[in-house]
Amino acid sequence: MKQKQTARVISQREIAPDIYDMWIETSLAAQALPGQFLGVYTKDKSKLLPRPISICETRADNVIRIVYRIAGAGTGEFSGYGAEESIEILGPLGNGFPVEKGSGKKVFLMGGGIGIPPILELARQMDAQKQIILGYRDSKLFLKEDLEKYGTVFAATEDGSAGTKGNVMDAVRENRLEADVIFACGPMPMLRAIKKYAAQCQIPAYISLEEHMACGVGACLGCVVKTKEKDAHSHVNNARICTDGPVFEADTVEI
Amino acid sequence: MNTEVTIAGVTLKNPVMTASGTFGSGMEYAEFVDLNQLGAVVTKGVANVPWPGNPTPRVAEVYGGMLNAIGLQNPGIDVMLERDIPFLKQYDTKIIVNVCGKTVEDYIEVVERLGEEPAVAMLEINVSCPNVKEGAIAFGQKADALSHITKEIKRHAKQPVIMKLSPNVTDIGEMARAAEAAGADALSLINTITGMKIDIHRRKFAIANKTGGMSGPAIKPIAVRMVYQAAQAVKIPIIGMGGIANGEDAVEFLLAGATAVSVGAMNFVNPYTTAEVVEGIEEYMERCHVERVEELIGAVS
Repeated sequence: MKQKQTARVISQREIAPDIYDMWIETSLAAQALPGQFLGVYTKDKSKLLPRPISICETRADNVIRIVYRIAGAGTGEFSGYGAEESIEILGPLGNGFPVEKGSGKKVFLMGGGIGIPPILELARQMDAQKQIILGYRDSKLFLKEDLEKYGTVFAATEDGSAGTKGNVMDAVRENRLEADVIFACGPMPMLRAIKKYAAQCQIPAYISLEEHMACGVGACLGCVVKTKEKDAHSHVNNARICTDGPVFEADTVEI
Repeated sequence: MNTEVTIAGVTLKNPVMTASGTFGSGMEYAEFVDLNQLGAVVTKGVANVPWPGNPTPRVAEVYGGMLNAIGLQNPGIDVMLERDIPFLKQYDTKIIVNVCGKTVEDYIEVVERLGEEPAVAMLEINVSCPNVKEGAIAFGQKADALSHITKEIKRHAKQPVIMKLSPNVTDIGEMARAAEAAGADALSLINTITGMKIDIHRRKFAIANKTGGMSGPAIKPIAVRMVYQAAQAVKIPIIGMGGIANGEDAVEFLLAGATAVSVGAMNFVNPYTTAEVVEGIEEYMERCHVERVEELIGAVS
């Protein structure tokens, strides 16, 4: 059951410029699924809405790890939290990745930029032949070592300073990789390219989307994505990313 | 302690409702709040047919509040009657359905369909959404247009009619009087205040619709002022809303002249807000030795 609660920061550090790695002690960990997210509240009450931040790792012992980028003053405030700081969170939100769809298969787990964090818990839980393809701006390859524990990692960097020069699709081509199913989270141009690639290869792709959100629980209809079929809630081909997603099968959404 | 209030012959167990569009049809918040605790649930606006709403981004945060331009995405009256009303019927709370339309005929079609559903206690007519191009606010910014649609709806409505007023007008008292004279049973206000936010880094509007309706605690003083002015202008009951976050905020609206209050944007911030407002009003009553919540209505001097 979703819950808003006051949790406790265990530790936090900067793992790349403006990218923060925070461990939180929270009972929400027990029910969190890979691909789900938390709404995180600022203490500055002039900022009201929870910031949607994906869950990077969960531990049965009441621990959730989030890895986020400073995008504005709200996430800037979070980055200043040290151990023992209280933190207000809402979650777990969203549907998460369908982990079972990868079982026993040859899969791509693809993350681009700040879309990489949810791929970690997914990789940890999935029992598959995992090819983990990560797209970065530069050679600050955050979470790469963590991911190497769970599969073969291929990196791409926009500036060519590490791995393949280019994006995750360039890494797929350069390494002649193939998959039966794709799981991905990252910026919209990357997800569009993956949707196109999956359609060409006629394989399913599960992509995690983001949009500006208000409630995070499916009530406000702020964060919608165009869908091929009528959505279950409003019957108007506009599904709610916060609750019907954030993970959608790529060929069901118009992105 | 008696927390009951009565609006157009409908008695609510307490004066706390949900503001249309901020609570879905209750389903999403039933996980957080016991809907039995609420005086009424006001649904998201519903039209005669499904409406797709506006392009994204539809929401943006602003200082002490937010902007939205959802554009009244809704599944239409059929789904409302088949899915949402049966869901709400399970609870001991009053059901108020918010109605939107592009034309007077659209509104009347929905109002007539709702007339066949006795579980719906009241209708709230949205003539104040600032985010759709046709209908809605077009009926709510001129007194004669408001008067016309109110009369038409009253001719067809089986349930009491609440007209939801826009704050984007010069004289709220004039609008309130026009609705009352046309037969409205109650008023609710305020809807959101039209605003704008520009992303200076991208030099783009923060919201695809360019303008959005502002809500949240930052608008509360404007809302309290308008509820007071409307209450001074009319005798029919008023449902006050705009930035209510706790019981003390709710009491402020009651003192300004509201008979009931709605919790809006703060549902998005704290999903337990409605229940906390109910408890907060009771705490205030206990602390200040108020026996009946009705004693508070308009009791400012």
